[in-house]
Amino acid sequence: MLSLASVSAGYGSFQALFGVSLEVPKGEAGGVIGPNGAGKTTLMRVISGLIPMQEGVMTMDGRPVGGLPAHRMVEQGIAHVPEGRRLFPRLTVEENLRIGAFIPQARARFADQLDWVYTLFPRLKDRREQAAGTMSGGEQQMCAIGRALMSKPKVLLMDEPSAGLAPLVVQQVFDLVRRIREEGLTVLIVEQNVQQVLDVVDRAYLLEVGSIKLSGSAAELKNNSFIRQSYIGL
Amino acid sequence: MDIYLLEAIINRILLGGVLALLALGLNLIFGVIDVVWIAYADIVMCGMYALYFLYAEYGVPLPVACLIAIIGVSILGVVVHLLIIAPVLNSPPLNQLLATGGLLFFLQSFATLLFGTDFRNIGVRLPILEFATMYISFARLIAFMVGLIGAVVLYLFLKRTYIGTAIRAIAQDRDIVGLMGVDQRRIYLVTSAIGGALAGLAACLLALQYDVHPFIGNTFGPVIFMICVLGGLGNMIGGFAASFIISQIIAIGGYYSNTEWSYVLAFTFFIVLMFIRPRGLFAR
Ligand SMILES: Nc1ncnc2c1ncn2[C@@H]1O[C@H](COP(=O)(O)OP(=O)(O)O)[C@@H](O)[C@H]1O
Ligand SMILES: [Mg+2]
Repeated sequence: MLSLASVSAGYGSFQALFGVSLEVPKGEAGGVIGPNGAGKTTLMRVISGLIPMQEGVMTMDGRPVGGLPAHRMVEQGIAHVPEGRRLFPRLTVEENLRIGAFIPQARARFADQLDWVYTLFPRLKDRREQAAGTMSGGEQQMCAIGRALMSKPKVLLMDEPSAGLAPLVVQQVFDLVRRIREEGLTVLIVEQNVQQVLDVVDRAYLLEVGSIKLSGSAAELKNNSFIRQSYIGL
Repeated sequence: MDIYLLEAIINRILLGGVLALLALGLNLIFGVIDVVWIAYADIVMCGMYALYFLYAEYGVPLPVACLIAIIGVSILGVVVHLLIIAPVLNSPPLNQLLATGGLLFFLQSFATLLFGTDFRNIGVRLPILEFATMYISFARLIAFMVGLIGAVVLYLFLKRTYIGTAIRAIAQDRDIVGLMGVDQRRIYLVTSAIGGALAGLAACLLALQYDVHPFIGNTFGPVIFMICVLGGLGNMIGGFAASFIISQIIAIGGYYSNTEWSYVLAFTFFIVLMFIRPRGLFAR
């Protein structure tokens, strides 16, 4: 479904990604792990078009999509839940969801999509008229995921959805990721929570200083001694 | 209460409606595009000239002339964005200030060149209403009502439509709106068009009360900026409220002494408040 081949990118003259290749087949979930500053967020930004790709090829369903600006990527079926949630704090929950359905295709099915998101996250329905910035961290994360789902994406990118949340809420977020997978979405998730992310993804990639150092099925990485020592802490 | 004071207050509340419209436009543009249109009042001047020529010189019926003037200034807003704002969007604020400040001098000089420094009046004589022995300007009453309607329409647009929601969203977090499928450049154009339309509407309302000349922008431009800063730059509700506060200070000051002193009073109030609440009266 989503495929990247030798993708490089950066900020101005600073290169942050060096020839990254990865593949997320339809209906599967991929994980990207790695230390702070490795380039995980940059990778997500390149995929969603927030920053331009400098080199490489990116395809969706075999169609090349590299180089499109972010607002066109949404039309290609890619939705991105950014790091730190980035809700519009003074818009209500429902307005945040509405803006998630900004593209014409999504506007046409706004009501259905909203129902679906409210079924996934009943809490959001209770708080629909509340300013998004006044909710708890966990609720804001639900809203950020809901906002991304409003465009009815084929691929959902999530950048550290569990960061900064209480342990119990972290568990809820990972349960949510499972639910979203069951809905048939293809998912690519960046996480610092290595142990838990390896339980929800099929395949994972270890990114270090802008390159993929290791990749394999979730089971393989869980048993990899380097990952266990450096990232799981066993 | 003294009937003349009341009269002054009411007439100023009515003028406050037009200032509020301009404060809304300026705050909208600042909030969304993050650039202060220093030449905003001079764009209003262009609208006043447009109305003057259409109506007084070419005899276009007033409502049609107003509509054309509003659309014209709206297009002018888009042109200003494309030619002057867009190229300096990522420049330091000082460069942006110089660019829109340069536009101010350009428009004033260009108007002088084209039309001379004559004061021109569109020649619509509206009656003075007598109400409980007070004299109320009908032109101002109309301006107030239309200004209020304009504000309500703008509110509904921002609240109810997808584009309006995107405009509010972009003012809160401009870097990620692309992820929602929102094309930032398109929102900037729409915002500039709305800002222009508000200036055009204000131009029509002001032309009912004042003569137009190339430097008319200088008479109310500084007051609008003061209002916007007082309300908190980019804060639309704050600016709306501040329009009426400043109008009242000018009204009451003008009643007890004269107009010049009332402006001194208003600016003194402004400066003192900037020490007490540097981020505006209604800072969040
Ligand atoms: N907006 C930016 N401008 C310049 N450099 C950046 C920017 N964002 C991130 N970087 C740099 O790019 C590298 C990768 O950052 P990032 O993708 O955020 O890493 P991660 O998400 O894995 O922590 C880091 O060295 C970081 O300093
Ligand atoms: Mg990151």
